[in-house]
Amino acid sequence: MTATPTAKTDAATQKTIFRERLAVLRKNKTFVIGVAVLVFWILCAIFGKWIARYEINQMDFKATRSAPSGKYWFGTDSLGQDVFSRVIIGSRLIVIMAFSATALGTLVGTSLGLVAGYFKGWFDTILMRFLEAISAIPVIIIALLAIAAVGRSSTIITILIIGFIFSPNIARTVRAAVLGEAEFEYVAAAKLRTERTPHILFREILPNVLPPLIVEFTVRLGYAIFAVATLSFLGAGVEAGSPDWGTQVAETWSLIFGNTWWPTLFPALAIASLAVSVNLISDGLLEVFEL
Amino acid sequence: MLRFTLKRIGLSFVTLFLVALIVFFMTHILPGDLARQTLGRDALEESVKQFNIKNGFDKPLLTQFFIWITNLLQGDLGVSLRYGNSVSELLAKPAIKSAQLAIVSLFIIVPISVFGGVIAAMRRGKFTDRLITIGGLSAAVIPEFVWSVILILAFGVSFRIFPVSAFPAAGTGTFFNSIYHLIMPSTALLLVLFGYISRITRAGVVEALESDYMRTAVLKGHSRGSAVLRHVLRNALLPTIAVIASQIPYLVGGLVAVELVFAYPGFGTLLLGAVNARDFSVLQTAVLLTGAVIIFFQLIADLLFAVLNPRIRQRVTE
Repeated sequence: MTATPTAKTDAATQKTIFRERLAVLRKNKTFVIGVAVLVFWILCAIFGKWIARYEINQMDFKATRSAPSGKYWFGTDSLGQDVFSRVIIGSRLIVIMAFSATALGTLVGTSLGLVAGYFKGWFDTILMRFLEAISAIPVIIIALLAIAAVGRSSTIITILIIGFIFSPNIARTVRAAVLGEAEFEYVAAAKLRTERTPHILFREILPNVLPPLIVEFTVRLGYAIFAVATLSFLGAGVEAGSPDWGTQVAETWSLIFGNTWWPTLFPALAIASLAVSVNLISDGLLEVFEL
Repeated sequence: MLRFTLKRIGLSFVTLFLVALIVFFMTHILPGDLARQTLGRDALEESVKQFNIKNGFDKPLLTQFFIWITNLLQGDLGVSLRYGNSVSELLAKPAIKSAQLAIVSLFIIVPISVFGGVIAAMRRGKFTDRLITIGGLSAAVIPEFVWSVILILAFGVSFRIFPVSAFPAAGTGTFFNSIYHLIMPSTALLLVLFGYISRITRAGVVEALESDYMRTAVLKGHSRGSAVLRHVLRNALLPTIAVIASQIPYLVGGLVAVELVFAYPGFGTLLLGAVNARDFSVLQTAVLLTGAVIIFFQLIADLLFAVLNPRIRQRVTE
């Protein structure tokens, strides 16, 4: 019974710590910029249809490859499609794919890492060996192999593949944190109370390894954006003809030799801004968690 | 050290075997019919059957796996499903081309990144430091193809300083001209790797700057700059070399996109071609070889670390 009051104070201190961290983050300029840019692209992903000025496939054959102007803010491509609208709506696929792949990787990786770190033994050894083997192949190359083996490019398949490729790294982070936590008395206490193992893993240990997990999530999200964009650029990430940034760059970049730079540069800058925003966020989080 | 080295080499072989296992089973277990992908969707049942028998795809998977591995160990990389010529012949030239690009890149990447790291460490906490660390890591998360396109636009089209292709025109492929053509693609790779390498150098130099021997050097009358050159770099550089070896996977992964943009006939281009042609015998072997190269460099990195730090040696042998 004496455990209850301590638990409450813990919750209270944790709230204070959380508030303090939030205050530090709010003062961190690069973090705030990162959040602003990311939120902007998430809003575009959700409400893009209403922000875009033209339909995504609406062609203006009288104005193909026209330079940025009042009518077409970012110019038009060789089909006379409005680049601005395509960039705004193009945010949807990459945002959805990167977030889903990272979420999947986190889910699978966290479970694996918790189990490996808690039970150790042969499961841990085998898992760690496999993780090392998977990380010996560059993400893009293993993803290309998997996509080729499945035989077609689709959003869902790319999400699944990147999610699974990322799970080892997350598992490693969680495992390392669990190895540290498992030594603490609260775990021994939970065992003495004969709590069930899933309860110990997910309700006792998991909350305590959240900080490194959150940072790892943002770092992976950055890599997911990198990977999704690159795969689409290579023509393997999404269905052909999708209004996706990587695909837009791939379809238009040969035009830059004729000085028609706008259909390529704007989606390229969009990819860069999204990736950098996530990096600034993880950088800020890393600082406040003092990892 | 000998025991550590042997053990570490043994582990590398285990990892390599697992890579082979993963690569093989990924190709064969994931949904997608190899024969139909090679012959086309409308291929006759009969020709599909013949294709499978000819390539041994009718045998149990494990048998196929061991046949593949045994052949590889005997130096037989197999035959391209698409073109029928030997895989080793197909791989050799592009692999050399990519190695050339990688070496030129490293010659550009390493000095610049190390220099950036030293500068950041010496101006720790100041604006230059933040610019190098945050700027470097931000650049690192932008995909190589985005950098490549931006570089081509800036230095190939707007200011015509560098050629937009990484491969010199026929007959002009002299040594220097070839290197000149590789500068832009290398810069794309530099922008992605600079952040990681300079961060490690920075950490090493910061640690060394706070050490006792540094204080002694300054007390002896060295200026900070010369003390860094004479004492700190020597201590900070070796871990950096080890980290560079561990960055090789990113370098290799980046080659695919960079080679595509700069029209460079290297390993990445070949790999992408095999993906698009669904040429699985080439693809499997190429991916495994990529893994082997990376595992080799990681082994080197670990051995370097161990030479530097005996405690690591102990941990692995125990």
